[in-house]
Amino acid sequence: MLWDCAPTSSVIAGGLALGAGLALGIPAGAPLRRLGGSLLGLAGLILLLVQGASAQLEGAGDLARVSPAAGAWCLLLVLMLLMADALSQLRPGPRARAGLLALLLAALAGLLWSGVLSDLSVMQEFASRKAAFRTAALRHVALAFGSLGAAALIGFPLGILCHRNASLRGATLPVLSFLQTIPSLAMFGIMIPILGWIAATYPAAQALGIAGIGFAPAFLALVLYSLLPVVANTVTGLAATPPAAIEAARGMGMTGMQRLWKVELPLAMPVILAGLRIVLVQNIGLAVIAGLIGGGGFGSFVFQGLNQTATDLILLGALPTVVMALVAAIVMDILVDLTRRIPERQP
Amino acid sequence: MILRAALIALLLALVLRPEVFTPLFAPFAPENGPVIYTRSSLLSLSLSHLGLVAAASLAATVVAVTLAILVTRPAGEAFRPLSRTITNVGQTFPPVAVLALAVPALGFGAGPTLVALFLYGLLPIFENAMTGLSTLPASTMEAARGIGLDRWQRLWRVELPLAMPVILGGFRLSVVIALGTATIGSTVAARTLGEVIIAGLLTSNTAFVLQGGLIVGLFAVLIHDALVQLEKYLARRSGRG
Repeated sequence: MLWDCAPTSSVIAGGLALGAGLALGIPAGAPLRRLGGSLLGLAGLILLLVQGASAQLEGAGDLARVSPAAGAWCLLLVLMLLMADALSQLRPGPRARAGLLALLLAALAGLLWSGVLSDLSVMQEFASRKAAFRTAALRHVALAFGSLGAAALIGFPLGILCHRNASLRGATLPVLSFLQTIPSLAMFGIMIPILGWIAATYPAAQALGIAGIGFAPAFLALVLYSLLPVVANTVTGLAATPPAAIEAARGMGMTGMQRLWKVELPLAMPVILAGLRIVLVQNIGLAVIAGLIGGGGFGSFVFQGLNQTATDLILLGALPTVVMALVAAIVMDILVDLTRRIPERQP
Repeated sequence: MILRAALIALLLALVLRPEVFTPLFAPFAPENGPVIYTRSSLLSLSLSHLGLVAAASLAATVVAVTLAILVTRPAGEAFRPLSRTITNVGQTFPPVAVLALAVPALGFGAGPTLVALFLYGLLPIFENAMTGLSTLPASTMEAARGIGLDRWQRLWRVELPLAMPVILGGFRLSVVIALGTATIGSTVAARTLGEVIIAGLLTSNTAFVLQGGLIVGLFAVLIHDALVQLEKYLARRSGRG
């Protein structure tokens, strides 16, 4: 019961804050009120978690664990959604959003760092695996961003070529969208024999660290998945350049290369970045599956947890992935807004 | 067309008569190891896989389209921004994370897989249904009102049929995602084709991985293609294409 979970005073304070926050936040209306309500509710929830966890553990053995149950997670989700909704209705500019994101991340980091949540079982799971967590995080970032970089390196030139050459476009895009429909587990699985064969046939490739299992197949699969959004958005972006702008550039005596670099690419940048956003969010999610083929990353925690039915271990893998995907999405949205040169027509 | 027929034939052969492919897969299997997955029949795995996907996607369609209809009515207008936010945030959640997070709540088996597929399938359908229903040509709506159709009739006879190709686009997206995510469902003990792939990964038997991967991949490609054709047909019929 709520009453038994913590000292009475903090239960009353937290419960009141939570109730007031929900009451303020849920009715439709002024976004500022909803924002305030969600913040108040979050504060209440965190207070309950902090006080509750230490109170529950008092007198229990060293091995006892406390974790928030489904209700707490649902409340957290509802409050976060209210906050996101209020913020999106306030329509802050890109810089303000960057500031808000930094503030939120700092608050989250502060909360985790201060140790007030360290009684929760997820955090204890983290404490016992700090080194492994760091390696997994680095590996996850390397997989998601590395494959994004590789896909951009291949995809941009390919997209530009496709824009110039209709028959190449007709041949490339269907192949890439075919790749996209292959289920991820199958794609990762099929990469293993291919790379294994390459490693076995060419010793040089093996020396580079290419092997049937591990980082290489996961990386290659992610690159293949990323190509479609990158190429398709580059083509769309370039095709949407206003003809007048190209005409003007030609009139100024720019060469083909100059037009591409100084006019077409900058104008196409928001669409290209939107493609990169899709890729990044998708890859952060897909990189979890790398855990199944020994590719490391947060997926290794998720699947370890699933195998041992250890909920906390699953959460330790899944929560950072979700946070990472959300942050990546917000940052990319900000970048898209910053690069938008043509003011968009207000609907 | 020939390619399509060939792919269907290949898929049927892989599912119904896997032993025919023994010589093809043999080089990938470990020495003296099994070449063809026989622990359970590929047909039953395929059916259970497709069943999961179909159940989740149909349920998601019903719920998502109903919600989209509600928020595009004047009465539900107030919820539209909130539903937008939920859709945007929800789509950044990785499918695997949704699946993994459903396990602590629902235990192992088909349950969490079904829920994860359902939840993840909601978003693309909802988004497309909302786009489809809110971008109808104003003149058509005016004409429907003019010939005396009431609200229900307008919804059933004009709005939904016109929005159908766009809604179907969302459905296709979520079915393809669901087909892929269902394979991962095998890690939480749902009976899907992922079982074959995972068995292959665990015993480093590439033949299994290839079999499972090929079958799931073919299903995905063929279903995707069939839905694209259906969309084109509907778009032609409603005059949007």
